[in-house]
Amino acid sequence: MELWFSEMHTDDVKMSIRVDKQIYSGHSEFQRIDVFESKEFGRFLTLDGIMMLTEKDEFIYHEMITHVPMASNPDIKNVLVIGAGDGGTIRELTRYDTVERIDMVEIDEEVVEISKKYLPQTACKLHDPRVHIHYDDGLRYVRFKENDYDLIIVDSTDPFGPGEGLFTSEFYGNCYNALTENGILVNQHESPYYKDDARAMQRAHKRIKEFFEVCEVYQAHIPTYPSGHWLFGFASKGISPMEFDAKKWNSLGIATKYYNTELHKGCFAIPNYVKELLKDAD
Amino acid sequence: MLSQKDAPIYEALQKYREMRVVPFDVPGHKHGKGNPELTEFLGQTCMSVDVNSMKPLDNLCHPTSVIKDAEALAAEAFGAAYCFFMVGGTTSAVQSMILSVCKEGDKIIMPRNVHRSAINTLILGGAVPVYVDPGVNKRLGIPLGMSVKDVERAIKENPDAKAVFVNNPTYYGICSDLREIVRIAHEHGMAVLADEAHGTNFYFGDNMPVSAMAAGADLAAVSMHKSGGSLTQSSFLLVGKNAKVTEGRVRAVINLTQTTSGSYLLLSSLDISRRSLATDGKRIVGKVLENAAYAREEISKIGGYYAFGNELVNGDDIYAFDMTKLSVYTRDIGLAGIEVYDYLRDCYDIQIEFGDIGNILAYISVGDRWKDIERLVSALAEIKRRFSKDKTGMFDHEYINPKVVLTPKEAFYGETVSLPIEESAGRISCEFVMCYPPGIPIVAPGELITEEILAYIRYSKERGCFMTGTEDMDIERIKVIK
Repeated sequence: MELWFSEMHTDDVKMSIRVDKQIYSGHSEFQRIDVFESKEFGRFLTLDGIMMLTEKDEFIYHEMITHVPMASNPDIKNVLVIGAGDGGTIRELTRYDTVERIDMVEIDEEVVEISKKYLPQTACKLHDPRVHIHYDDGLRYVRFKENDYDLIIVDSTDPFGPGEGLFTSEFYGNCYNALTENGILVNQHESPYYKDDARAMQRAHKRIKEFFEVCEVYQAHIPTYPSGHWLFGFASKGISPMEFDAKKWNSLGIATKYYNTELHKGCFAIPNYVKELLKDAD
Repeated sequence: MLSQKDAPIYEALQKYREMRVVPFDVPGHKHGKGNPELTEFLGQTCMSVDVNSMKPLDNLCHPTSVIKDAEALAAEAFGAAYCFFMVGGTTSAVQSMILSVCKEGDKIIMPRNVHRSAINTLILGGAVPVYVDPGVNKRLGIPLGMSVKDVERAIKENPDAKAVFVNNPTYYGICSDLREIVRIAHEHGMAVLADEAHGTNFYFGDNMPVSAMAAGADLAAVSMHKSGGSLTQSSFLLVGKNAKVTEGRVRAVINLTQTTSGSYLLLSSLDISRRSLATDGKRIVGKVLENAAYAREEISKIGGYYAFGNELVNGDDIYAFDMTKLSVYTRDIGLAGIEVYDYLRDCYDIQIEFGDIGNILAYISVGDRWKDIERLVSALAEIKRRFSKDKTGMFDHEYINPKVVLTPKEAFYGETVSLPIEESAGRISCEFVMCYPPGIPIVAPGELITEEILAYIRYSKERGCFMTGTEDMDIERIKVIK
């Protein structure tokens, strides 16, 4: 028997994973949710047929979206995470004792419930007493916040679907307003490689630059995302990710599989064609 | 026996397609084959039903089969005696209404805040306007509905008038007491014509202001393409059950100016939209009301903005308010509506219906998704945070009582001279000047140009309103009576 999950990465490119069995399939108010079991990647979660995470490579995404900003400012206490229903980002954040409060805003309660049930690898820390889950639209939630967070992590789906509002000027502006004076905004920044993703990436970069004094982009290699080459945005009101205290972070003794302080410096070195794309976005 | 679940024009087009008729008639693109680029752009389905009048598809000028049936179903759905499918926009429906009841020299009572199409018709047909001053809300600076006592006075002072023209509602959602106006007008032998460009929802929603047909009006122009879901330029002209004018007369007037090649894209869009409203309209309008109410509530939470609604109702010149309209007063944050309109488009990729000097209007419809409403509200919050200014020095009125010296037709066809607009005070205008939208003339042909009017035009230009109306595309010169 051949059972494959396929995702179109462009109209002419698709990525397929052989599926051992389907664990869950359902429709929430917002999207279709599926969980599959595979030999190569373990369990994986898809939303509207788009890959969110696999057990095998999720550590790359979740470590990179969390530890880069956390190492850049060791004083981060209050964190807002938008999206992240699978819990992976939360799991990484809870490893810092210095973090006092984590507000997680997820629009789709069913994603959280399904993750708790079928994806314990990422959802394992959602019950941490510092974590407060709000089922709300991210754009709406942040509208009412002012000077409340040291870090906002936008762990969203693509800009076509429920995550659409999280790639807009109104959202980034509201985030700026919700951040403290040392605030950092990190977002899932799409891929520079295929045309449609690259355009979304440029638009996001242009809009973030309108508001933030520091606006950088860093990269990671994520095998199951389109092209495997993925970007994150690092924006802040002043803190530069390059001037960070590596010794201090290493002294925390957080064991990671992808992130390290050498990589922290290296991941901001991006290829020339990506630099060009970012320049053209301005 | 047809029911509201049928869509005769749509069904006839389906059948026509299935028959694979070989076209040796117009249009020459022949189901799109003759214009591959356009077909690629609009789609094969669309091109294959862009066809000409023919026996199985009826004829808009003289309907006897499927168009007649579709019109009858629409009439039933809207509680009218007859319904005409219009393909020249609500503008042509408004023209046909007025020309059906007023001939050269006849008086027509109307509020001054009518759409330009109504005054244009006076130029075409030579009817004489008797303007009723709509009230103005001092704070919002918007023209309101007509007060019944003002209409009654106008009727008594002009017993020879042939018709009363009513906006139901205004662009901002404000209604006059239409039932009472109909009663008084009919008592004096006058017809009532309703411009329902923004009133489609009244026929289907719960707790909505009264529709023209339910109020007993003679004729109504309903923009199905605005909130009814049909294609741009398609519209209904409704004839009331006790109308003073016959359906035959109205058709003769429509055929004076309407195309003899009515587009089947537009006609089928009217047919399908009518079916959808008739069978599911209550839910659809309910959804729109829900969206508008949510947006109103969230916008109020931002502070500084005033998303006005039912609380304005005063039983007089705001007899009722259409809660599906989302109008927001912006001047308390120191920005003109038109400035907020521009920011929304330029900084947030959000296109709203219009901004005037004190307000914006966002069109809410069944097509809105919750996340789009969230974007609108968040963008307004951002605009306040980033761009709000001190509100002193902002222009604070909108309605200028016109001084009508000549009829619009006399002025339009009069001996004219072109002047720089700044030097035109004291002269009689032969042209319109207006912001578009909303398309309500600041000055119309036959009216005296005053310093007050010029100041208003200057301010509107400064704030970035899109001005139109004069032959001079830059609105620097205006034609006045010699």
